[in-house]
Amino acid sequence: MMNHSQPQGADYNYTVVRQFALTTVLWGIIGMTVGVLIAAQLIWPQLNFETPWLTYSRLRPLHTNAVIFAFGTSALFATSYYIVQRTCQTRLFAPKLAAFTFWGWQAIILSAVVTLPLGITSGKEYAELEWPIDIAITIVWVAYAVVFFGTIIKRTTSHIYVANWFFGAFIITVAVLHIVNSMSVPISLWKSYSLYAGAVDAMVQWWYGHNAVGFLLTAGFLGMMYYFVPKQAGRPVYSYRLSIVHFWALIALYIWAGPHHLHYTALPDWTQSLGMVMSLILFAPSWGGMINGIMTLSGAWHKLRTDPVLRFLVVSLSFYGMSTFEGPMMAIKTVNALSHYTDWTVGHVHSGALGWVAMVSIGSLYHLIPAIYGHGRMYSNNLVNVHFWLATIGTVLYIVSMWISGVMQGLMWRAVNSDGTLTYSFVESIEASYPFYFVRFLGGVFFVTGMLLMAYNVIKTVKAPKESLPAPAEA
Amino acid sequence: MSSFWSLWITILTLVVIAGCFILLKLVSKNTTGVEEGKSMGHSFDGIEEINNPLPKWWSYMFYVTIVFGVVYLALYPGLGNFQGLLGWTSSNQSIRNLEESKLAVETAAKEGRWVQYDQEVKSADEKFGPIFKAYAETPLEELVNNEEALKVGGRLFLQNCAQCHGSDARGSTGFPNLTDGDWLYGGELETIKASIMNGRHGMMPPKGGLPIEDSEIKGLTEYVLKLSGRDHDEALAAQGQGSFMKGCFACHGMDGTGNKMMGAPNLTNNIWLYGGSRGAIEHTLMQGRSGVMPAWKDMLGEEKVHVISAYVYSLSNK
Repeated sequence: MMNHSQPQGADYNYTVVRQFALTTVLWGIIGMTVGVLIAAQLIWPQLNFETPWLTYSRLRPLHTNAVIFAFGTSALFATSYYIVQRTCQTRLFAPKLAAFTFWGWQAIILSAVVTLPLGITSGKEYAELEWPIDIAITIVWVAYAVVFFGTIIKRTTSHIYVANWFFGAFIITVAVLHIVNSMSVPISLWKSYSLYAGAVDAMVQWWYGHNAVGFLLTAGFLGMMYYFVPKQAGRPVYSYRLSIVHFWALIALYIWAGPHHLHYTALPDWTQSLGMVMSLILFAPSWGGMINGIMTLSGAWHKLRTDPVLRFLVVSLSFYGMSTFEGPMMAIKTVNALSHYTDWTVGHVHSGALGWVAMVSIGSLYHLIPAIYGHGRMYSNNLVNVHFWLATIGTVLYIVSMWISGVMQGLMWRAVNSDGTLTYSFVESIEASYPFYFVRFLGGVFFVTGMLLMAYNVIKTVKAPKESLPAPAEA
Repeated sequence: MSSFWSLWITILTLVVIAGCFILLKLVSKNTTGVEEGKSMGHSFDGIEEINNPLPKWWSYMFYVTIVFGVVYLALYPGLGNFQGLLGWTSSNQSIRNLEESKLAVETAAKEGRWVQYDQEVKSADEKFGPIFKAYAETPLEELVNNEEALKVGGRLFLQNCAQCHGSDARGSTGFPNLTDGDWLYGGELETIKASIMNGRHGMMPPKGGLPIEDSEIKGLTEYVLKLSGRDHDEALAAQGQGSFMKGCFACHGMDGTGNKMMGAPNLTNNIWLYGGSRGAIEHTLMQGRSGVMPAWKDMLGEEKVHVISAYVYSLSNK
């Protein structure tokens, strides 16, 4: 057996990993706090203080951009740079370029923080940033690809580890999606119009939009999962063959699923059918990742009792499994007729975003931060445990309240009287949603509180004297 | 769609679905050269991988979704230009007006194609049509005493009219209040019905389209205020009366009580469609006004307009 267990561990380039890891926590707190604010605005509209740049319309894209591209993508940068070095047994390729990706990405995030509240937007969901920033994103992303694939090429291991397959697919596909969807005709420095028109524009937008979910928020984070779950559990990956099937099927099928965002619109019937069919076939490959992650715990289930970091990772996989079951179901046209445009969609997104993306990132950071700062554990394991419960309860409050209000809205909108007239006016469905908006807001407060505990714990860990935090003895 | 793109879509779709099937089939067999349940023999930063078989229930689930997908694509449109064995479409495509729509519905019915939208409209008409037919055959004078009909009319109002006239029907700036008994075109049952059926366009040109100077607007404003019994500057109002006589009376009448034939508002009852403040009146005089109520006969049909008319009448005739 070849065993390359860390002969030259001290040589790895951890500088850029540390930078991205710390900014992940910072952007997480900022992005989620903006989310809580706009959740509150839906209940108390006066919280926009009659200030244009504090209105829901401008803060909502700031929230989504901050959590997806600042928090989530920083987490992906940090973990992919860490994992690719350790599993390839080599230092990062082009360290100066790696440093450039950090400063470049932060500059892009800051430009989003300024332009979105100013109302500068291309109007495309999850791709709101205007064309000069789009160009900057392309440059930084190509640099990221060079660093990542350069490191893969100069690896000293014979095989490429499965986590790196997922990171590789995510990096290439996001580049393609971003470039194609952002094609536009600039009319001034801060305004451009999409190159596409009508139904084609809508289709390109959701081809991008759904694959931002599929490749950035799913494939990328599966890469994270494939390293930190076996590492934290101290167990081998359950099935090599399962990882082959679910990887290739996932990346081949995901790219087709976009049209399910446009059911019952002006999109041609054939496109809607294809989107629905491919979304359904995608169900099994999506679950392949969950099965491989959870079964990796065989023989290590007892560790869940004492290890809150492992609990974060396993619960994130459960939420992943739940969202990837819910997603194909919602892609079925008959189900979509009820769920579309309701809070159900919002709940579905957050069971993925909070339950899967945030929880797997948080768990991974709790493993990674002590490791890159030369410690055996976080400053306080109790705080990690409290954070785990705050995050879990927050996520459950959020998604359950949105399920109830979403299904309720869908049923109210389609209810008809015996004469064929609608039973409820639209505003009545909004009125009925208020209690659930409040529970959702509460869920958000729970989640952000957990993030603040994390920030404290991370600062204490980073500042602790070298080797003052030894790993707990094996039970 | 050209046959090139149709083929492109069909081939890519089938290759991806077949590819998944073949991959699943191949990997289900152990061809790794490593015994099942044993490590694959490589280690990455201490992580090993076991050569466990694919879970059976998971493989079956995968096969079932593939079969479902293929069957669905055979029945429904999906593979490029292939329309599917059921001949199903969601709606008639490329319709630009009501005539084209009616023609497309007839053609589809003749060819026996299943157009989802047409079918849903047809079944709704079959189910609810008799209710409205019965109402339409009842004279309006009788219908206004039918509690059930007024309830139905109220619901139709909320879904179609409340956007402009408000859910309490009391209107807002530019949209008439329907509860105050004051009518621009008349409040008789048949007049209300005609207003809804054919719509109305209430238009006053700037300065009434008369040879009135900008300098006369101040006086005219005071005169209009005087007509409705409001505080006003007597001297300016006297000047304004002169301007009024240049032609405003043609529509609004000598005494300013308006003319329902043309929808010219009564200026003496202190009810204001575009606001009664000094500034708003000045603005109306200087810039003119133009308000449109759309015609509903093609959108809702006469039977439903009939019921709504009774409801609107009931709002100011309790």
